[in-house]
Amino acid sequence: MAEKVVEIRDLYKSFGDLHVLKGVDLDLFREENLVVLGRSGTGKSVLIKIMVGLLKQDKGQMNVLGKEVSQLATKELNELRLKIGFSFQNSALYDSMTVRENMEFPLVRNIKNLTKKEITMRIEELLDAVGLPNTINQMPSELSGGQKKRIGVARTLILNPEIMLYDEPTAGLDPITCVDINNLINEVRERYKTTSIVITHDLTCAKMTGDRMAVLLDGQFSSIGTFEEVFPHAEDKRVKSFYDYNFIES
Amino acid sequence: MAEESDDRKPLLSKKIDKFFTGLADAWNFVRRFWKEVFLPPYEFKEVIHQCYRIGVESLPLISLTGFIVGIVFTNQSRPSLSEFGATSWLPSLISIAVVRAMGPLVTALIAAGKVGSSIGAEIGSMKVTEQIDAMEVSATNPFKFLVVTRVLATTFMIPILVLYTDFVALMGSFLNVNSNELVSLSTFFFQVFESISFLDIWSSVLKSLLFGFTIGIVGCYKGYHSSKGTEGVGRAANSAVVISMFLIFIEELLVLQVVNAIRTF
Ligand SMILES: Nc1ncnc2c1ncn2[C@@H]1O[C@H](COP(=O)(O)OP(=O)(O)OP(=O)(O)O)[C@@H](O)[C@H]1O
Ligand SMILES: [Mg+2]
Repeated sequence: MAEKVVEIRDLYKSFGDLHVLKGVDLDLFREENLVVLGRSGTGKSVLIKIMVGLLKQDKGQMNVLGKEVSQLATKELNELRLKIGFSFQNSALYDSMTVRENMEFPLVRNIKNLTKKEITMRIEELLDAVGLPNTINQMPSELSGGQKKRIGVARTLILNPEIMLYDEPTAGLDPITCVDINNLINEVRERYKTTSIVITHDLTCAKMTGDRMAVLLDGQFSSIGTFEEVFPHAEDKRVKSFYDYNFIES
Repeated sequence: MAEESDDRKPLLSKKIDKFFTGLADAWNFVRRFWKEVFLPPYEFKEVIHQCYRIGVESLPLISLTGFIVGIVFTNQSRPSLSEFGATSWLPSLISIAVVRAMGPLVTALIAAGKVGSSIGAEIGSMKVTEQIDAMEVSATNPFKFLVVTRVLATTFMIPILVLYTDFVALMGSFLNVNSNELVSLSTFFFQVFESISFLDIWSSVLKSLLFGFTIGIVGCYKGYHSSKGTEGVGRAANSAVVISMFLIFIEELLVLQVVNAIRTF
């Protein structure tokens, strides 16, 4: 079996009286694409934020690339973060900077001694990879939602991450753009050999991009497996309804 | 009845708790600034950019206000002085009032309104739209890039703006004096420099450094800790202005005590 990149054991997180994660267990293997599904507010974003140390769990293990995230000092945490690309639900582009400056920002601060030319080449390569070669001098406010998502992905790819975390990459986009983004996720994985977690509500996206699905229900993963294993014959009514609402035609 | 007072007690103590945790948070924020300001990497380019922005943002308003303050203050002081036939003292009176108090205060209050609110709103909206989180997960230090640069910029720029306001206010005053008492520019400024001391200028600059620091740090703190939603951003901007204005007046009072103590030596 492939190497484990992420190992989550019995993870708990609550905000005051709101218990969001209640004993999450999950393994992520190298170069696989895992899709995390779940209804709004079930704690999908919270889970991957714990993974990069933006939030801290109350209890349990979050082991990423062999390190317990909550135990890391700032310096080690930053070293780990360099290996993880986090694509935010709402893109989170720096809106006072151009696309070029957005992409330069992490690059020049983490990799020293790059020449101007090398930086530009790297940015252009990635903008090409996400299919937006001519946006380099635009401001985020001039981009559409789908374009922002792509630039967000390009920005996280600029540091060559081993793990990519996509938080709802297709939310709020038209079906055709969704397919484009799904293809992008697959391409990124082929080209840069990343391991990824894709969070989504969208089963088309899940089916297209995921090797395995994991459904987050009531603070735990209820079923984990391939699309065929999890969905068409789901026993849990809540998982089943997820499927039924997405594929009314089938 | 008993139930009601039971309900109230936790609410009150909750409020007190909230006040003190807020105070501790703010204190930690200031400490973090002093720690990070000396540690590399330094964001020089961003500091310059912020200085420029602060200058451009507040210059028009400060010019206008300073000028009007100079004219109005001179005009209003004239009757009382002329009662004693002492209108020739106007330049001295005005220069002391402007350099010691009006210049720094007017500049700081306007900058609190203009710069403080824009810092609060900008950082607040970056917080709310997860841009600060995005910086953090890309292994960069948002505190350094956003907070340290802006606080340094306000701290350096406010004293410069204060000197500029002093000058503009004195020019306004000169126009008024010139049209009423027919005093020439050189006589006016000779009297001005005669009456203000080295201590006046120094204390005014030091005070302005303090005001600048306050405006920057309060704006950043409020933005950095703004709550979710666009409403949170508005509230951050608003309370940045209110709190920094409040603190500016308190600091003015304290500095006044210190300077008076020095003067009596
Ligand atoms: N920083 C926070 N402070 C307090 N509560 C939070 C915080 N972050 C998330 N929550 C709460 O945790 C719950 C889960 O949030 P989360 O963002 O993970 O949902 P989600 O599964 O990603 O939903 P969506 O699909 O809508 O993005 C929500 O009820 C949210 O209100
Ligand atoms: Mg989410």
